[in-house]
Amino acid sequence: MADLAAPVLDVRGLKTVFHTRAGEVHAVNSVSFSLRPGEVLGVVGESGSGKSVTMMSLLGLLPSPPADVRGGQVLLGGRDLLKISPKELQSVRGAKVGFVFQDPMTSLNPVFTVGNQIMEPLRKHMGMTKAQAADRAVELLELVGIPDARRRLKSYPHQFSGGMRQRVMIAIALACDPDVLIADEPTTALDVTIQAQILELVKELRQKLGMAIIWITHDLGVIAAIADRVMVMYGGQVAEHAPVKELFANPQHPYTRALLRTIPSISGEREARLQVIEGQPPMLTAEPASCPFRARCIHSLDRCAHENPGRHGVDGKPLGTGHDVACFWSPDLMAEGEDA
Amino acid sequence: MLDAGAQPLVQVTDLKMYFPIHTGLLRRHTGDVKAVDGVSFSINTGETLGLVGESGCGKSTVGRALLRLYEPTAGKVVIDGQDVATLTPEALRKKRPTMQMVFQDPQASLNPRMTVADIIGEPLQEHANLDEQGRLRRIYELMDQVGLNRSFANRYPYAFSGGQRQRIGIARALALNPKFIVCDEPIAALDVSIQAQVVNLLEDLQNRLGLTYLFISHDLSMVRHIADRVAVMYLGRIAELSPRDALYARPLHPYAEALLSAVNEPDPNRARRQRIILKGDVPSPANPPKGCNFCTRCPKVFDLCRQVKPDLVQVEPGRFVACHLYTNSNAGPTGTQAPISDNQQGVSQ
Repeated sequence: MADLAAPVLDVRGLKTVFHTRAGEVHAVNSVSFSLRPGEVLGVVGESGSGKSVTMMSLLGLLPSPPADVRGGQVLLGGRDLLKISPKELQSVRGAKVGFVFQDPMTSLNPVFTVGNQIMEPLRKHMGMTKAQAADRAVELLELVGIPDARRRLKSYPHQFSGGMRQRVMIAIALACDPDVLIADEPTTALDVTIQAQILELVKELRQKLGMAIIWITHDLGVIAAIADRVMVMYGGQVAEHAPVKELFANPQHPYTRALLRTIPSISGEREARLQVIEGQPPMLTAEPASCPFRARCIHSLDRCAHENPGRHGVDGKPLGTGHDVACFWSPDLMAEGEDA
Repeated sequence: MLDAGAQPLVQVTDLKMYFPIHTGLLRRHTGDVKAVDGVSFSINTGETLGLVGESGCGKSTVGRALLRLYEPTAGKVVIDGQDVATLTPEALRKKRPTMQMVFQDPQASLNPRMTVADIIGEPLQEHANLDEQGRLRRIYELMDQVGLNRSFANRYPYAFSGGQRQRIGIARALALNPKFIVCDEPIAALDVSIQAQVVNLLEDLQNRLGLTYLFISHDLSMVRHIADRVAVMYLGRIAELSPRDALYARPLHPYAEALLSAVNEPDPNRARRQRIILKGDVPSPANPPKGCNFCTRCPKVFDLCRQVKPDLVQVEPGRFVACHLYTNSNAGPTGTQAPISDNQQGVSQ
């Protein structure tokens, strides 16, 4: 993609903490990334890795308390979203950044028609009249491939199937021509054949509209199908970041390497036994002073227990543009005989 | 796994499970949701049969009807020599220990007010003649088997992670030494790094205890790993039933082909198979299309498909397909469809 273009979204050192009865939970720790026009950034990680919280923090979508976005910068079009007023932020959400959530059933309001829900951002952010908004809504529904769009405006969410509802969600997110689309596990609740339809649609839309997309998922198959670059998250931090082909061909972080080996494949050699990552993800009760993956890591070094490894480049490119990893160990250290 | 003299432990014949629809003021019976509409298969002792399909295709209903958690509308379910579908309540109760189930959501299927020992011990209390000591010994034994620390026996489910909860569910299913276990999406609610742990456990237990599994899942990659044979369901019927390697190498039914092509290979550097994007959605099982269930979305549909329901027949040794492309060599597809011979490579008859 456009390698040299200025980023549309630039996130630096984001930190989010939740205050709970059991103490603080450090859900996001110094996460930095950038997004350039027209590219798809895939974000992978298991539940609790902080991938959704990161994106919600950007847009002030987390209720505070308990959430507390403690530090960092979120630059969108030259403005720091963490510094602007709630009112200004509201005009950013929907207009500049579209958000598609995981579950299309719970994120659509069941008592309003689909047309009503698509027209809401158009009237609010673009100042359209009702008739203009209705015309644009029809256009949007056609864009996401819903047949008989004009009539469907009057339908309620329950009259749509899961895949259709997700298309409606995408239409709402696209309504005001956002620069950035954030999609949080948009296909996880869908069947594979419907998922294939949505992936195809998003690829097509991105080509047509040229927007940048952040695609959050735990499914490496989806990442391989859609992303240009990938950010692997673990324990609220970025473990590894690389262009998609590079990540799959040359994973550096022991977590990424293990993750790639735990999933069985649909083709090729069939493994006799699945590789496992022993143990459980960490509880993030304090800002980690050591590597969050240490307890489950098969390569952990003495150093990992005392220092939290920062991200460092693997291929000599500046951080956030090429391949970087947050780990002291490296596959080069692997002695000939060491078990991979 | 497929020994020469392997006897089918489970033999399902023409299983139907309809859920009645009642409408109007008088709640008149106006139709049926045909969740399972004539399904037949068998599972050999020690074998794992994978049952795959998309949500709403009836795969979980098959699993539940098999163990008679639903009263099947019609059909025979012979498990270890007895037809479960027609057993009297008392005989069914005696039969229960041989057939057990592992549920999808380990959060919802464990009683939050019971300790782990109570949960695993409940089937023992109900069916086994053990004293307090013996029961506790058995509970510990089961916890060891599924890799749970014995010292957790008096904790409640909330204190465990998803993967550990699933281990509790598996221990409960194993308590009465069953022969047959229905695993209904046992890993769907778990994170990828935990899924492998649970699947390896299920495989170890199968090897050690000689268990027979029906493994219901929508995860085609995982089914390829665990199953010996795979049945692909669509809208209440089996579209294809084939040995695992044959199915994944060369799916015969157009739906099986589309389903496999939709799976995202977790490697962008590997050449992928040609993706077939199916148009539209699955029709309602309350009103399935006339003829073949798949005829509304099938890329290879021809006239006959809209008239006659294809039967599940053996088209190659061990491979069963319900599709007119393989049985009706005279009726060629019309219009621009590919000639039928192209779709019949390797078909012996």
